Amino acid sequence: MDLIKPEIGLIFWTALTFAILLFVLRKFAWKPILGAVGDREDSIRKALAEAENARKEMQNLQADNERILKEARAEREAMLKDARDMKNKIVSDAKELAQVEADKMIQQAQATIESEKKAAVTDIKNQVANLSLEIAEKVIKEQLSNKDKQLQLVESMLGDIKLN
Amino acid sequence: MSLALVQEAAAAVDYGAFAAIGAGLAAIGGGIGVGKIGGAAMEAMARQPEMQGKLQGSAIVLIAFIEAVALFGVVVGLMGVLG
Amino acid sequence: MQVSTFRAFFAILFLSFYSLGFAASKTATKDSSEGDEPFNASELIFHHIGDSHSFHVYGSDEDHFPAALTIPLPVILWTDNGLVTFMSSEFHHDVDGKVMVERKGLKFTNLHDKIYQLDAGALAVTLDKDQHATNATRPLDFSITKNVFSMFLSVALILLIFLFSARSYKKSNTNMPSGIGRFMEPIIVFIRDEVAIPNIGEHHYKRYMPFLLTLFFFIWINNVIGLIPFFPFSSNLSGNIAFTLTLAVITFVITIFSSKKYYWKHMLWMPGLPVPMKLFLAPIEIIGMFVKPIALMIRLFANITAGHVIVLSLIGLIFIFETFWVAPISVLFTLFISVIEVLVVAIQAYIFTMLSALYFGQALEEEHDH
Repeated sequence: MDLIKPEIGLIFWTALTFAILLFVLRKFAWKPILGAVGDREDSIRKALAEAENARKEMQNLQADNERILKEARAEREAMLKDARDMKNKIVSDAKELAQVEADKMIQQAQATIESEKKAAVTDIKNQVANLSLEIAEKVIKEQLSNKDKQLQLVESMLGDIKLN
Repeated sequence: MSLALVQEAAAAVDYGAFAAIGAGLAAIGGGIGVGKIGGAAMEAMARQPEMQGKLQGSAIVLIAFIEAVALFGVVVGLMGVLG
Repeated sequence: MQVSTFRAFFAILFLSFYSLGFAASKTATKDSSEGDEPFNASELIFHHIGDSHSFHVYGSDEDHFPAALTIPLPVILWTDNGLVTFMSSEFHHDVDGKVMVERKGLKFTNLHDKIYQLDAGALAVTLDKDQHATNATRPLDFSITKNVFSMFLSVALILLIFLFSARSYKKSNTNMPSGIGRFMEPIIVFIRDEVAIPNIGEHHYKRYMPFLLTLFFFIWINNVIGLIPFFPFSSNLSGNIAFTLTLAVITFVITIFSSKKYYWKHMLWMPGLPVPMKLFLAPIEIIGMFVKPIALMIRLFANITAGHVIVLSLIGLIFIFETFWVAPISVLFTLFISVIEVLVVAIQAYIFTMLSALYFGQALEEEHDH
């Protein structure tokens, strides 16, 4: 039996059939199918790449936002600090000014007091002088009769009165 | 008497049967080879299950190579039987 | 139970091989319908796995009901007197060289499903003791035999499946297949991603894709057709050595034509080895070049034929033991083997495609990527 003896007829038909099948399928089946599969894979790959890009962009955007927020925060901080500084400065300036003013007022007051005091002293002196004169007049008037006594009185009075 | 018997037996011997025995021996060799590959592939898969696909593919191809040798034996045996 | 099953299984295997041994010398091609003739399993098996000029559908006897049905197939011969064609029904189911068909002054007869042309002057075929015709020669036979018919059927099936698939891609505007195309696409993508690209490489694989896909589906569909045990199918085409030889030769020719300088250099004058080693290796490599397609041919042929032989042997058990009690066992085993065969036929188609791709890849290898 020729199980392992190839028949020429079957070889011929197989070769012919396979060649025709290969030709027809290549043209009408494999080309469209592989093309479609390839297109689809390309589109999937493209979509994935796009999604990746979008994700990256989103990330960038988020990073930007964060940066801007940080900047804003820093700015606010700076502004607050400035304000605080300014406040301090104003307060300290005001203090200084007040001090100076007060000093000045105190000085003026002192000066006034001094001058008042001087005036008062002068007044007192004048009064004392007047009083002394009056006393002296009275005493003199009284003592003019007694010469000795007059002299003694003047003496003692002058001794008592001390000018400041 | 006994010589005649032996002669008769020798005449009755079908040499094709020896070819069948040869084919069987070839199948034993192939069986050992396939078994070793299968065992090694299984072990490798157990060690690295994530490589299963690759291991299966190469194991099948290797088995095909070994099997071809056994099949050569079978076909030579067939040639002997079918003359 | 289990043990006896195995014993029976081995018994049939032994018996089939044993009777196979006798088949060569006896080849008693009597009609098995003759009742008193003992059942010859090897004859049945070899009749099935061989080719035939007619397609036997059912039955064995034309006289009984239901009458046997055999589809005649065209006989196409190329003779010294030109092309001769007639239907195989003209032989009236004769396969013993008794019925003569006369065309263009030549006598043809069917001897063991092979067409013989009688030598001039001969009236009947005379056979020698090995059942070989002594006064007849075989003309070039391009008949549409059972296997060729089955091949045409498979082509029709493949075209139907894939032209429909391709159309379903065109119809949708998202490039999504529908129906049968949805089932076929993963297989096509598998062939591309697991067979073509890893073996041939990114640069060249596109050129070989049509061949690999056609090869895979041609072998697979024909294998599956061989597994289906009723009329339009049931042939043993992919277990026929002529079929596998043709495909292997096509692979070989493509390998040779796509080979680059490096392939030949590597084969004939292996670089980086001492000269005596090179001289020693060159013939081995050249033999290897031819052994590869031969192995492809033998592997597919032997695997598919073995599948058919086992199934038929198991069914043959019933007739060898001449009892119905074996039937459940043989049917169960046949079912078991058939399930395995479904896997095997797919794997064989895959291996043939895979190795073809591997050989193309080797032929295409360049200097740098070694």
